[in-house]
Amino acid sequence: MKMTGAEAVVRALELEGVDTIFGYPGGAVTHIYDALGRSSIHHVLVRNEQAAAHGANGYARATGKVGVCISTSGPGATNMITGIATAYMDSIPIVAITGQVPLSMVGRDVFQEADITGATEPFTKYSYLVRNPGDLPRIFKEAFHIASTGRPGPVLIDIPKDIAMATLDFKYPTEVNLRGYRPTYMGHPGQIKRMIRAIEESCRPLICVGGGAVSSDATEEIMELAERIKAPVASTLMGIGAFPGDHHLSLGFLGQHGVYAANRAVEEADLLILLGARMGDRATGKAEEFAQKAKVIHVDIDPAEIGKNIGPNIPIVGDIKTTLRELLQKDIERNDWGWLSRAREWKQVYEGLGDCHKGLNPMEIIKTLSDMVPENTILVTDVGQHQIWAGRYYKTRRPRAFLTSGGLGTMGYGLPAALGAKLGCRDKEVVLLIGDGGLQMNLAELATLVQEGAPVKIMILNNGYLGMVREIQEKIHGGRYYQTRMEGNPDFVKLADAYGIKGFRVENQEKIEWGIKKLLSWNGPIIGEFVIDPTANVIPIQGGKDDEAHIRGIG
Amino acid sequence: MMKHILGVLVENHPGVLSKVSGLFSRRGFNIYSLAVGMTEDPTVSRITIVVEGDSYIVEQVIKQLNKLIDVIKVSKIEEDSLTRELALIKVKAEPNTRHQIVELINIFRAQVVDINKNHLIVEITGDSEKITALVDMLKDYGIEEMVRTGAIAINRGKRMLKDERNKGGYDNGNNVL
Repeated sequence: MKMTGAEAVVRALELEGVDTIFGYPGGAVTHIYDALGRSSIHHVLVRNEQAAAHGANGYARATGKVGVCISTSGPGATNMITGIATAYMDSIPIVAITGQVPLSMVGRDVFQEADITGATEPFTKYSYLVRNPGDLPRIFKEAFHIASTGRPGPVLIDIPKDIAMATLDFKYPTEVNLRGYRPTYMGHPGQIKRMIRAIEESCRPLICVGGGAVSSDATEEIMELAERIKAPVASTLMGIGAFPGDHHLSLGFLGQHGVYAANRAVEEADLLILLGARMGDRATGKAEEFAQKAKVIHVDIDPAEIGKNIGPNIPIVGDIKTTLRELLQKDIERNDWGWLSRAREWKQVYEGLGDCHKGLNPMEIIKTLSDMVPENTILVTDVGQHQIWAGRYYKTRRPRAFLTSGGLGTMGYGLPAALGAKLGCRDKEVVLLIGDGGLQMNLAELATLVQEGAPVKIMILNNGYLGMVREIQEKIHGGRYYQTRMEGNPDFVKLADAYGIKGFRVENQEKIEWGIKKLLSWNGPIIGEFVIDPTANVIPIQGGKDDEAHIRGIG
Repeated sequence: MMKHILGVLVENHPGVLSKVSGLFSRRGFNIYSLAVGMTEDPTVSRITIVVEGDSYIVEQVIKQLNKLIDVIKVSKIEEDSLTRELALIKVKAEPNTRHQIVELINIFRAQVVDINKNHLIVEITGDSEKITALVDMLKDYGIEEMVRTGAIAINRGKRMLKDERNKGGYDNGNNVL
């Protein structure tokens, strides 16, 4: 069928099942927008292109589908880079479409030209500069395939304006043939046998789930494995939700900011089963001191992650779900409960924030939230102290229900990602937990929320500081607070009003429950500002004193 | 630091070389030399990379190269392989030294490819050590300009890079490190 390049782009998106696209128009994409406007795809007009990529990210993580974003050339494209890098670090499948100046002008530094495929090279799984209109169908087919298979990630398609205007004969391919890309899904049977033997020989097995366990949709298999071999389960920040946080075998989140039980279990385990966890520096602390007593089994679909940070004894390249299914077919069982009772004792160790005299206690707020939210809630966080508190104190009950920028740690991620999650899952409650700093980083997206009428429940933990850095200044820099006090913060309730959003403030401990109830019962976007104690830290108090290892960790 | 030679088959697309070289700088790997050219299949280019590093680095380089979608195959080239570099050396040659230089060149089985009153241009092919040895000898006469390629390498006998296991040994069912 004859059509223009712009029409081909939109047709390809429709054929890929795209129903929502996050973007911002501009000179180089007017033809694509013209075609989009005549399609069934819902376009979400963000206020800055970075938010388009975060929106696609939130949508992808909440739904499990590929998220799509679009911007114009030059500044539109460069604004998206942070969002693309965020998706790359967390292995989130998005397809980013950028306009480009006409092919004949490329390389001449014309108006709004930027080499975006070059600039995003380190942050994309793959990228295309379209040089021939006839290639568009194949490129889109490949892009969605690459983004969503293997270890997922962002793919960028840069489309020069003259390509969008040219005519082509549209035929959408039914299959992809990339000789350099054939991800391994099934773990090697010999390695699976070794894994079984290692489990049977172990006395203190520990499972650790990462983001790969979420993207592989392996929750059921992991639960079955944990229950059959009586292994407790710890999680990286990205793995939260891959195993239900309220399950009796769950130990919670490990690493420098993780909980005592999880870290203690890592120290004591004699077998560590890593499932889709790359074990980054924040998860391991010093890699050479990590899990000293344990034999390590590492299952990951990305061979390059195996042996990068942790040297495993049994490496298995494969998809978590596929590989575990194969494993669970075998007769594998452990019936030793002894180790579990110790792990359970560690869970009882109190790790609180101490007294909060100068404002609300954030731990209490988050625990109350955790108890009050409906079962199908998606919690989206931004980056900073509240993110760690959420990781520690919020019980995520299902996969794809805890969205956070784990790898890149992008402040400003929360608001647009929450919008994306809500638009992807309108039947679910979406709560955004965010600091006063992070909210202001992409504040303009409140307007997008209003334009979409998306009932995202925004919970600001306002301490008037860039709290994570403030905490480092307190512990490491002798209390010399510099450039972390957010003077000039707006009145968030009035700000909500200016956007036509319901807003309220909670300053009394007795009103915490009331505030959360109000957030959850409101039928529309709403902002609840919780004024917390600015001296509250993420480093927990154990037995009345700060945890030394934690303090060393955050520097 | 050990030097390792990697043979890499890549899609013959624009931009592939920058993807490969960008990966090295990004991941902090040191490239000693890099040479790229066509192969017997016009859709495939072959890059020969000489990389410095210990076994951890080399394993990481191979795995990261394998992740690139435009990379079709990566393999370590064995030490007994054939490796060749080419150098063109413009050396000062006055009538009284010219004869000595030509003698020297003959020992190395190099060739004179250009001559004028005061200069010779010498062409030499060989492995890295051989070229360096000639360069050392010619230094005494005065090297005015030199250009040298990166190494290219090929396995001896019937072993062929294109027949190696897919993606450096991560074949389905054979993904044991």
